[in-house]
Amino acid sequence: MSDERRRVFKTYKLYVGGKFPRSESGRVYEVTDSKGKWLANAPQSSRKDARDAVVAARKAFGGWSGATAYNRGQVLYRVAEMLEGRREQFVREVADAEGLSKARAAALVDAAVDRWVWYAGWTDKIGQVVGGANPVAGPFFNLSTPEPTGVVTVLAPQDSSFLGLVSVVAPVIATGNTAVVIASADAPLPALSLGEVLATSDLPGGVVNILSGRTAELAAPLASHQDVNAIDLTGAAGDPALAKELEVAAADNLKRVLRPQAVDGADWSAEPGTRRLTAFLETKTVWHPTGALGASGSSY
Amino acid sequence: MPTTAPSPEPSAPSGQGGTSFADATASDSALRRFLHGLPGVDTVGLEARAASLGTRSIKTTAKAYAIDLAISMIDLTTLEGADTPGKVRALAAKAVNPDPTDRTTPRTAAVCVYPDMAATAAAALAGSGVKVASVATAFPAGRAALEVKLADVRDAVAAGADEIDMVIDRGAFLSGRYLKVHEEIVAVKAECGSARLKVIFETGELSTYDNIRRASWLGMLAGADFIKTSTGKVGTNATPANTLLMLEAVRDFREQTGVQIGVKPAGGIRTSKDAIKFLVLVNETAGEDWLDNHWFRFGASSLLNDLLMQRQKLSTGRYSGPDYVTVD
Repeated sequence: MSDERRRVFKTYKLYVGGKFPRSESGRVYEVTDSKGKWLANAPQSSRKDARDAVVAARKAFGGWSGATAYNRGQVLYRVAEMLEGRREQFVREVADAEGLSKARAAALVDAAVDRWVWYAGWTDKIGQVVGGANPVAGPFFNLSTPEPTGVVTVLAPQDSSFLGLVSVVAPVIATGNTAVVIASADAPLPALSLGEVLATSDLPGGVVNILSGRTAELAAPLASHQDVNAIDLTGAAGDPALAKELEVAAADNLKRVLRPQAVDGADWSAEPGTRRLTAFLETKTVWHPTGALGASGSSY
Repeated sequence: MPTTAPSPEPSAPSGQGGTSFADATASDSALRRFLHGLPGVDTVGLEARAASLGTRSIKTTAKAYAIDLAISMIDLTTLEGADTPGKVRALAAKAVNPDPTDRTTPRTAAVCVYPDMAATAAAALAGSGVKVASVATAFPAGRAALEVKLADVRDAVAAGADEIDMVIDRGAFLSGRYLKVHEEIVAVKAECGSARLKVIFETGELSTYDNIRRASWLGMLAGADFIKTSTGKVGTNATPANTLLMLEAVRDFREQTGVQIGVKPAGGIRTSKDAIKFLVLVNETAGEDWLDNHWFRFGASSLLNDLLMQRQKLSTGRYSGPDYVTVD
């Protein structure tokens, strides 16, 4: 009997609507590490997978955006807990994908878990920061509250396969949006594994949908999709022509567009700020009459 | 494929397109003998056939044709306790002009409502060519005295219904009193006058494919203009397999009697993909003669929105969304 165990290869699959389908097209592509050594086959999604992901995201939007901010925070914190438990796997995948030492990859994974916790804390605080009572010249209460934009397509950064991914996905769902994420084309494995974490973290199916494949092929139908409310073009940072084309397509139904920023390319471990949280929020302002103020004339 | 043409009663005069089944309906026992003499349904074969026909790939121009055909075959239905005249009028407007952004969209075949809403629907649809279909005979359970059922039908016809969707007495059918079901259909048909009669079997309650085949023949013998799968009010509604079975029945019936009868699957058909699968079944089973809204209908409400979204996708190249169709 041989001492060597037969290797058990992992079949990486998409994460759509809380399930793990293969690509509808049946296609896969080879994913290699930074030195060109084969790691695994990842599904090469088609536009129909993108369409199905939007349907799933739309279906999940009502429940997720309607959940209390406190509850969303708890769910996101749970994601961080689950990530912590899978730390070794992510360290290995990130090290392979980005050609890093174990120690450097571990630092990135830790930063990603911390970031997830950080955004989990923001869910019930962002409302106070960007909303509130406005002073108006009349007998009205005037209140602004931020509301989620809807279904957001996220082009995950191409270079930072895990920390960058977490940095763009967590803020989108923290505020109650649902996301269709296009993973980094050359390093999709950490993203596909993240789907397995999300599936076991109380996150309702469809809130995050993860597709792997060629970014341009998937982004085009999503940018023009009439039922997508916003698009984050971070993953198109290295291809200005594609970013422009997607922005033009997105204009058709007045999608909110987050353009790739120069700072994105730099260091994902920098303090992120609230920019990504507020990028996909819509402000609702209500005017409410204060009613009779009483003889004293005091105002509220 | 189970191409099982039921053999006519030995006593019946046989002949292509001229078979009379008068003997079969002469008495309860003769009718039972006839219906139980129909060949048994090969369940596995039927479901495999229905499933294999569902795998056809229909693309581009064929898809555009199928979508338009499916829209023109819809009986746009609202059968809720909460129906109001306003809702029926809104639905009628949608039937006449399903996609206001694209006037080339065909009209639906009919609007299907409860009898008390038939007059409202008829007024809203006057002159449009869209028919008014009304359910009747104590829909959906059919649990009422014959007189009550006939009054229901009279009411609907008087209110301007062009088509009557009746339910059979499943209790009588399942307990083997076929002649009672037969006589009821005949009586309702007599009340319909010029209105076309659709007979609903509620296939989800008939429990076996053999029963669905028997019910189909019973309905056709009694003079139905259409046979319809279900009310949409029970768990199992139209499925490809039970619709395939009914299509085989109308095909065989026309072969033997020369009388063509329509088929209407209803309930549970929600996506364009499903609808196109049914159209493939029609074409491959009954044939092209049935690919017309005079002979084939979909009883549906949410299906129309999905067809419109697919239609918009084909014409613009962009995926459409539920924000671009009405909420009804």
